[in-house]
Amino acid sequence: MIDFHLILEKLPAFLGGADGQPLLSTSDGIVMTLQLLGASLLLGMLLAIPLALGRVSKNRLLSGSVWLYTYIFRGTPLLVQLFIIYYGLSQFDAVRASWLWQYLQDAWFCAILAFTLNTAAYTTEIIAGQIRTTHWGEIEAARAMGMSKWLMMRRIVIPSALRRALPAYSNEVIMMMQSTAVAGLVTLADITGVARRIYSDTYMAFEPFLVAGAIYLALTFLFVWLFKQAEQRWLAYLAPRKH
Amino acid sequence: MFLHGYLPSILDGAVLTLKLAAAALAVSVLLGLIGAMFKMAPSKALRTLAELYSTVVRGVPDLVWMFLLFFGVQMLLNDAATAMGWAAPDIDPFIAGVLTLGFIFGAYMTETFRGAIMAVPKGQMEAGAAYGMGPLRIFLRITFPQMVRFALPSFTNNWLVLVKSTALVSVIGLNDVMYRADAAKSNTQEPFTVYMLVALIFLVITSVSNILLGMLERRYSTGLKENGL
Repeated sequence: MIDFHLILEKLPAFLGGADGQPLLSTSDGIVMTLQLLGASLLLGMLLAIPLALGRVSKNRLLSGSVWLYTYIFRGTPLLVQLFIIYYGLSQFDAVRASWLWQYLQDAWFCAILAFTLNTAAYTTEIIAGQIRTTHWGEIEAARAMGMSKWLMMRRIVIPSALRRALPAYSNEVIMMMQSTAVAGLVTLADITGVARRIYSDTYMAFEPFLVAGAIYLALTFLFVWLFKQAEQRWLAYLAPRKH
Repeated sequence: MFLHGYLPSILDGAVLTLKLAAAALAVSVLLGLIGAMFKMAPSKALRTLAELYSTVVRGVPDLVWMFLLFFGVQMLLNDAATAMGWAAPDIDPFIAGVLTLGFIFGAYMTETFRGAIMAVPKGQMEAGAAYGMGPLRIFLRITFPQMVRFALPSFTNNWLVLVKSTALVSVIGLNDVMYRADAAKSNTQEPFTVYMLVALIFLVITSVSNILLGMLERRYSTGLKENGL
């Protein structure tokens, strides 16, 4: 029933080696998925830290606008966000005439933009939640040392909140890794995109998506393991005492 | 005219999306309860089966599951039917969508319900047994009403993710809101307006869900003693 020859023959396609080309001759497949994930996680984190500070700010206007942003991006499907950016923006002549158009035409750029804005919204809420639950003793100690507000944020509050955010952030990373699969729906050749291409070439559905699923599963286990190591390194001080 | 008259068609699609999500939720709750019971069963085989289900399903993107189950299973069925000399069966996309989403979110619900059942003190169930209640009655009268409070936050989250995942089912040819939006996009040349409207529809669904489930959460926390801080 399952054609193992097809699986073996098409396996290199998931590592940039379609049609007998050497492996990694293109970035198709796993590399594309990891690229999209890595770029959007990095940019998303850079956005999320200042946004989280805005979210916990006492200024109602600032915290309210950040809330509105995270509410909208967390309340709508990533696919719709991607379609608004990739298909939607072309509706405006001003956008098509601007220098931005060369980027907004590109599926890869649009995918990273949509993924970044999406993961930044979730990450903002995760970090803001941890900033709010910072132990009062840490703040009091920082104040007693005469730290200014920003110095305290930079040296005490943010590092401590980021460490405590690790368990929730690991879920977000794994969810995001799986969400990048929608890139395959806007012509990109990520893991899902490669599987869809094999499907349309061979009319075999089970095999390519079985392989794609197995690759995602392996990546999920890899990330679970990596974050476990990270938690042991950075959250060891919160672990229950063993003796 | 707004969207050249495509508004009713998109709203029709939204209704189908809601029906799909609601039916998939029912399937996922059923699978989740079974999965949670298997996970806490005395039999090691059942525990392994449930563990395999919740781990493998949650480790693969829902989009890949949809392709795999919808196209793959259809192809296997076709092959099987041809081998038996029968006509190829036609799978209804709505049923397929409900079963696929229900199967995926059943795995998330398994974890939700397992945690919630474990949070109910064991003595409660033992008291039920001491009164001579059978296992089903203990579950319905004692475990279930108390586990709801622990299950609701994670249940709410699963429901919201499920609603957002329904946006993907148009890939299996269902006439849902995304499918209608695609048609409207091609015919009106107003892709931004169309997809903003779709986003707004999803935002309304998730907002209303949040409010209703929040009320339910308060209802099931009645009598809970707060720490008074």
